[in-house]
Amino acid sequence: MQKIINSWFPNVVVNWSGDNGFVGAIYQTLYMTFVSALFAGILGLILGIILVVIADDGILPHPRFYYCLDKIVNLVRSIPFVILLAVIGPFTKLIVGQTIGPTGALVPLIVGTAPFFARQVQLALLEVDPGVLEAAQAMGMTSWQIIYHVYLKEGLPELVRSGTLTLISLIGLTAMAGAVGGGGLGNMAIAVGYQRFQNDVTFVAMILILVLVFIVQGLGDWLIRRLKH
Amino acid sequence: MTENNAIIKLRNIDVDFGSHSHEQTVRAVNQVDLTVQQGNIYGIIGYSGAGKSTLVRVINLLQTPTHGTVHVNGQDLLQLSVAELRQARKKIGMIFQHFNLMEARTVFSNVAFPLLGSKFTAKQRKQKVTHLLELVGLSDKATSYPSQLSGGQKQRVAIARALANDPQILISDEATSALDPETTTEILNLLKYLNKKLQITIVVITHEMDAIKQICQNVAVMDQGRIIERGSLLQIFGHPQTKIAQQFVNSATQLSSALQEIKQSNLATEVYQLNYVGQVTNDPIVIELYKKFNLQANILFSNIEQLQATTVGIMLVEFAGSKEDIVAALAYLDQLGISVQKIDLTQIEVH
Repeated sequence: MQKIINSWFPNVVVNWSGDNGFVGAIYQTLYMTFVSALFAGILGLILGIILVVIADDGILPHPRFYYCLDKIVNLVRSIPFVILLAVIGPFTKLIVGQTIGPTGALVPLIVGTAPFFARQVQLALLEVDPGVLEAAQAMGMTSWQIIYHVYLKEGLPELVRSGTLTLISLIGLTAMAGAVGGGGLGNMAIAVGYQRFQNDVTFVAMILILVLVFIVQGLGDWLIRRLKH
Repeated sequence: MTENNAIIKLRNIDVDFGSHSHEQTVRAVNQVDLTVQQGNIYGIIGYSGAGKSTLVRVINLLQTPTHGTVHVNGQDLLQLSVAELRQARKKIGMIFQHFNLMEARTVFSNVAFPLLGSKFTAKQRKQKVTHLLELVGLSDKATSYPSQLSGGQKQRVAIARALANDPQILISDEATSALDPETTTEILNLLKYLNKKLQITIVVITHEMDAIKQICQNVAVMDQGRIIERGSLLQIFGHPQTKIAQQFVNSATQLSSALQEIKQSNLATEVYQLNYVGQVTNDPIVIELYKKFNLQANILFSNIEQLQATTVGIMLVEFAGSKEDIVAALAYLDQLGISVQKIDLTQIEVH
C-alpha cells in the first residue's frame, strides 16, 4: 500500500506534513471556509430577512429602502470574485491588517458570499406560506415574533438547503482565494501542483475539496430530512 | 336588538386598491355599513370578487379601510396604537379556507402559538391547550403534525388556535370551502356549538348558501363591493329581493335545476312560484285551494327547510281551473302571506 502511494503520488508524500504541506492546507481551507461562513452567514441572514420584511408585500413594507438594498445586493453579487479580491484589498488591509494568507482571504470571502446568501435566504423565506403570516398577524404577533417564530421556524428546511448551497459555493471560492495568495488546498493545487508540474498534488487537492463538498452536502441533506414534517 | 349590543360596527367603509404610482384604483369595498350584534352568527355571502374577504379583514384591520370607521369590542380600532391594535386583535380570532397551520409545529404547538409572549406559566399553557383540543375534539392528535391530519381535522386545529386568547369574535373566511359536504357540516356544527357554549360572535363569509343556511341568524349579500341586501336568515331565504340573493337561495333549494327540468321536459305551461315562511306544510294550501275555489294545484316542485325552527317553503305549482278562480285563489294566497310569482318559462336558461 505504502509502495503504491509512494510511486503514484510521490510529490503528495513529500508535501504531506507541515504547515506548508497538505495538512496545513486542509487546515487553512477549513479555517477560511468556516470563519467566513460564520460571518457571511450572519450578515446574509440579516440582509435576507430585511429584504423579505421590507418588500412591498412584507410585514413592514419600505419600498425605497428595499429598492436600494436590492440594488446593492445585486451589484456586489455581480462582481467576479477574482476581481473583488483585488479591488477590496485596501479595505481588507484595514480590517484584518493583511491581504495575503488565509486571514487576508476572509474579508473578500465574506463580502463575496454574504449577498449571495442574502438572496438565498430571501428566496427561502418567500417560500413561507403567506396565509400563515396573515394568521400570525391576525393573532396580534409582533414583527419580531413573526420573524423568529414564523419565518425562521417555518422556513428552516429551506434555509438549511440555502446554507448548504452557499457553503459549497464558498468552498469553491476559498480555492480561488487560495490560488491568489490565500493558502489552503486551492494554493496547493495551483502554486505547488500546477506551477511545478506536480500533477499528483493537483489531483489529490481536488479530491480533498470534493470530499469536503460531499460531507457538507450529506450533512445538509440529512438535516433537511430531520427538519421536514 | 339595540345598537348597544353591537360588537362590530363598521360605518361607511371604502377600500381602494392600487398603488400610488398607478392612476387607476379598484374599489373592493364600497360604502359598506355593517353591524353585528353580540352573540350573533352573521353570514356574508357573495360570489368571489364581491369584496367579502376584504370587508372582513377590515374588522381586525388586516386591511386598513380608505374611508370609514371601525368599532370592535367597543374600541375605535383606527385610533389605536400599533401595540394596542395587537392586543385588540388577540380578541378577534380568525380561521381560513386553507387553514394556515404551521407545518413545522405539532398540533399542540400550533394551538399554543398565539399564547407566545403571554403571562401563562408552562403548566397553565398546557392546561389551556389541552382544554382547547378537547373542545374541538382532537385531544388524541396533540403530538401529530398538520401534514398527518385530514382537512376537517386541520380546520379544527385552526379553530382551537383561533380560540386560544379567548376572543369575543371569530371570523371565518371561507373556512368550509375546501372541505367536502360532510366535513363542512361537522365544522359548521362545531361553530354553532362554540357560539352557544362560549357566546362568541361569529362572522362567516362564504359563497355557499348551504353553509349560511345551516348556522347563520343574519345574512348580508355582497356584490361588487356593496352590501345589496341584508336581513334575518328567514327574510333572505323566504323573500330574497335582489337577483343575486335569489340565485343563492335557488342554488340552496335546487329551485333553478327544477325550473330547468320543467322547461326541458315541457311539464307545464303556466307555473307559479309560492314562497312562504312559517306556514305548516304544502298540503293544507293545496286542499284549501281545492275546497274554496275548486282549483287543482299540481305540485311540480317543493322544498321545505326548517330554518331556526321555522318552516320556509318554496313550491312550484300549476293550476287547473278557470281564469277567475285562479285570480281569486292568488288573492287568497296573498292574504295568507304567501308570496306568489308567475314564472316566465321563456326566461329560464337551460344549461
